Amino acid sequence: MASLATPPEVQVKTKWKISKSPSSWLVWGAVIFFFINLVGVIGTVVVSSFGTEWFDGWLPAGWTLSFYQTAWHDYQVAELLKVTLKVAGAVVLIAILVGTPAAYALARRDFPGKRIVMLCFLLPIMLPPITFGIPLATFIYKLNLGGTLLGVIIANLVPAIPFVILVLTPFIEQIDPRIESAARICGANTWQIFWRILAPLIVPGLLAAALLVLVQTVALFELTYLVSGPTSTTLVVALYYAVFASGIRPYQAISAMAVFYMLSTLFILIVALRFVSPTQLVSRVRNTSEEKN
Amino acid sequence: MSAKTQSREFSSTRRFWLKEHGIDSTLLLIVPALLAMLVFFVYPTVYGTILSFHPANKAGFLENYKTFFGDPYMRKSIFNTFRIALPVSLVNVCLAVPVAVKMRHRVKGQRAINTILIIPISLGTVLIAEGLYAYLSPNGWFNRTLMAAHIIHAPLQMLHNFWGVMISLIISGFPFAFLLTLSYISGINPKMEEAASILGAGPIQRFRFVTLPLLAPGLAITFCLNFVLAFSVFPSANLLGNPSGDSHVLAVAATDVISQSYDYSMASAISLITAVCEITVVVLVFAIRSRFYTGSTTGGKG
Amino acid sequence: MSKTSFNELRLVGVSRTFDESVALSNLSLTIANGEFIALLGPSGCGKSTALNCIAGLLSQTSGSIFLDGKRIDSLPPERRGFGMVFQNYALFPHLTVRNNIAFGLKIRRTKKAEVRKRVDAALALVRLQPHADKFPAQLSGGQQQRVAIARAVVLEPQVVLMDEPLSNLDAKLRNEMRGEIRKLHKTLGLTSIYVTHDQEEAMSLADRVVVMHDGVVQQVGTPEDVYLQPANAFVADFMGYRNLLQMTLKKSSTKAGAITSEKIKLSSSNLAAKTTNGAVTVAIRPDDFTVKATRGNQIRTIISSVEYQGKDFGVEATCEDGTQLFIRTEEKLKIGQKVTFGVKPERVLVFPQKKSPSHVG
Ligand SMILES: Nc1ncnc2c1ncn2[C@@H]1O[C@H](COP(=O)(O)OP(=O)(O)OP(=O)(O)O)[C@@H](O)[C@H]1O
Ligand SMILES: [Mg+2]
Repeated sequence: MASLATPPEVQVKTKWKISKSPSSWLVWGAVIFFFINLVGVIGTVVVSSFGTEWFDGWLPAGWTLSFYQTAWHDYQVAELLKVTLKVAGAVVLIAILVGTPAAYALARRDFPGKRIVMLCFLLPIMLPPITFGIPLATFIYKLNLGGTLLGVIIANLVPAIPFVILVLTPFIEQIDPRIESAARICGANTWQIFWRILAPLIVPGLLAAALLVLVQTVALFELTYLVSGPTSTTLVVALYYAVFASGIRPYQAISAMAVFYMLSTLFILIVALRFVSPTQLVSRVRNTSEEKN
Repeated sequence: MSAKTQSREFSSTRRFWLKEHGIDSTLLLIVPALLAMLVFFVYPTVYGTILSFHPANKAGFLENYKTFFGDPYMRKSIFNTFRIALPVSLVNVCLAVPVAVKMRHRVKGQRAINTILIIPISLGTVLIAEGLYAYLSPNGWFNRTLMAAHIIHAPLQMLHNFWGVMISLIISGFPFAFLLTLSYISGINPKMEEAASILGAGPIQRFRFVTLPLLAPGLAITFCLNFVLAFSVFPSANLLGNPSGDSHVLAVAATDVISQSYDYSMASAISLITAVCEITVVVLVFAIRSRFYTGSTTGGKG
Repeated sequence: MSKTSFNELRLVGVSRTFDESVALSNLSLTIANGEFIALLGPSGCGKSTALNCIAGLLSQTSGSIFLDGKRIDSLPPERRGFGMVFQNYALFPHLTVRNNIAFGLKIRRTKKAEVRKRVDAALALVRLQPHADKFPAQLSGGQQQRVAIARAVVLEPQVVLMDEPLSNLDAKLRNEMRGEIRKLHKTLGLTSIYVTHDQEEAMSLADRVVVMHDGVVQQVGTPEDVYLQPANAFVADFMGYRNLLQMTLKKSSTKAGAITSEKIKLSSSNLAAKTTNGAVTVAIRPDDFTVKATRGNQIRTIISSVEYQGKDFGVEATCEDGTQLFIRTEEKLKIGQKVTFGVKPERVLVFPQKKSPSHVG
């Protein structure tokens, strides 16, 4: 009984038990159910964009690529892509340029009124975009910027700047301020400290922030919808109009348009995921919570 | 002591005071961002608030609010919004917790799962709504599968009603809630649970007495952010719901006013009402949250 | 819940591998009720692994654990009824000191009055009554340490496991807490298994010391045994035999023989088992040297450094062949002085040569 014989099943058995417990089955079942439906939703769009006619049955009656051509021309996808890129590029650039210094100051200084300033940066994220979007749109139209590219960029900047700040502040906080002191003692001036010490350390944070803002701006619908005009419509808004005014064009063309949109977001997502992890893409808001304590 | 040195001394103590309170030239770095927020967020919001008290038809300053609360159809949009946003946020958080608990230890294919989950978030509500429209339709794949499996005999009606909106918000909200919860859960020191198990706590007790209380503050945030998402349900409500019936939510009411009558004053009033409703819930949740432990979840020294 | 007394905790060939690497190999040990066992060894030698296997936090790859006749190695930690003090204490940050200590009792659905009574007793035991309603973050390191101990012992567990519980404290507090732990062990009649890499700590606390290296037990014995009679060169090195010399043995009996190197000739009457003629490792403790020839053993040296160490001196001396010796003596020597040291033959330990004696601290 007390032999030295080794029972290798001990560990294996416990593992087996864990993976077969009913609660695990339930959880995995739910996850798989979710995935199946997600694939169904996306699959429906993709399949219908290639179909000739699809009234009844599991699959369309025939296959064609012609609706992509229709969608490309009728919806002026090339133009939409150009506008989307311009808006997203400008928003990312300005948000980073304006947000980074602010994040630095917020990370390094405690000053009277900091909470109010933080609140100012938090509210655009904690409020549904539609609530401040309508007054903002009113204001932008009053400035005669309604429907222009500049108006759309401004509207998108309102949540983008706080985003950059909320991502970067904790990132800068965890860079030891003594590094800066050490550099100063070594004789570096503020400018040199920034370029030689801080900039290289912040780059990963900047990258994450930029990608977050990019993903968000491309998918952000409400604000662009409220301020855009014919020359400043982005892909999402155009897609919304297309779907909302369905009946004018064949359903498959709308699907093809949706596929164009999907491809561009997925492209950005894939690029983004090369540099940041999926959890990072949402968990920037964790920092929001820590700021509130 | 001459007056000159005195004043210099005064200014140097003043500078000292300012410096001690963190006020120096570094703070100038905030100015551009703060200015942008003041001009494009604070000012328009204040302006919109004031505008909402100046109705388009030059009636009394509360006219917009009177109209809103006097019209049962308008008034009901508050109820409609809550009826969708509250259950959706609850469902998303309640689904996210067990899945995140199961995945807290490194699971094979974790990154793949996370990546798939991030897709609906980045696709956005418009595309999800458009896909669901076809997927949930009476002869879409969903109903077809259920009928082929003989689970149902007639297609389920899930479009142009409450359910379509609900489902679309779960598809875009659940992954968000899950990834957020996962990042909170992985911030909890696993030693805590080990300590509890040594003290005799079984898996359910460990969750109930250790993991859940440490997770609660994070769940409050997760709930709030999901609630914010669900509160501006406007694309899915318009495309999948019944925007003139029980999906006539606040966001739809506000945009309808704009697209139908260009009445920005009324629209501002509605968005102010929306903001007040939303903030009430957030403040409530945070009030409950503050009764929980909100400090570090790593435990022990350090 | 209350202490069901047992006779012995028996580990039989307990092993654990991580992927390919062996963290713990074939640990066999029988621990009697009331014993204080110290697991001692350098960092990474598998002490924590061993402790976690006993606690049930890690499942062993092979081997078994018995409590008297009952095999317990497939029980989850919560069903083993052991107590544990973690290295970083792992106090629940969301609970007050009182509730941290009461946690296990509440899990066991103990009556409220009983919980109160026992928690108060535990608080008194570790002298933390004034801090009962604070949160862990508001306590000092030593206080947190005491909460962790109170939390473990309040359940009167059959066995208390401690993983380097003092390693985060400063030297003075460490000495104090060491005394307290020993006292608690005595007064509560606990059975304790204590992990440490500090040989002094192990010596002063334990009834028996288990010295480990690379996942393998090197020696099990009383502190005196391990200190005076290390089982091999590694243990000797770890126990403070700072002079490890590579020499050649010529046996005269099974226990005695002459050992030589180029310029040094010594006799030893303390040969380890299985030592054969030829290359050997010789271990001598610094304080076993005398400042004169002893029973024929003499080493001629020149003093190269003298360090005042409180009650005596740490001396480095160079032999004629250049070998450095470490010596502790109360005699005041001068640098450059020619001194002949001696050492009793029974304090010249001879071990079979090992490949490379790894130097520890
Ligand atoms: N989870 C793990 N995965 C892989 N290897 C591990 C794991 N845990 C421990 N090891 C390895 O097992 C060996 C023993 O580790 P263990 O933690 O038991 O050391 P230790 O004696 O407690 O050291 P220390 O005094 O530093 O705490 C080490 O080489 C370590 O790298
Ligand atoms: Mg260890």
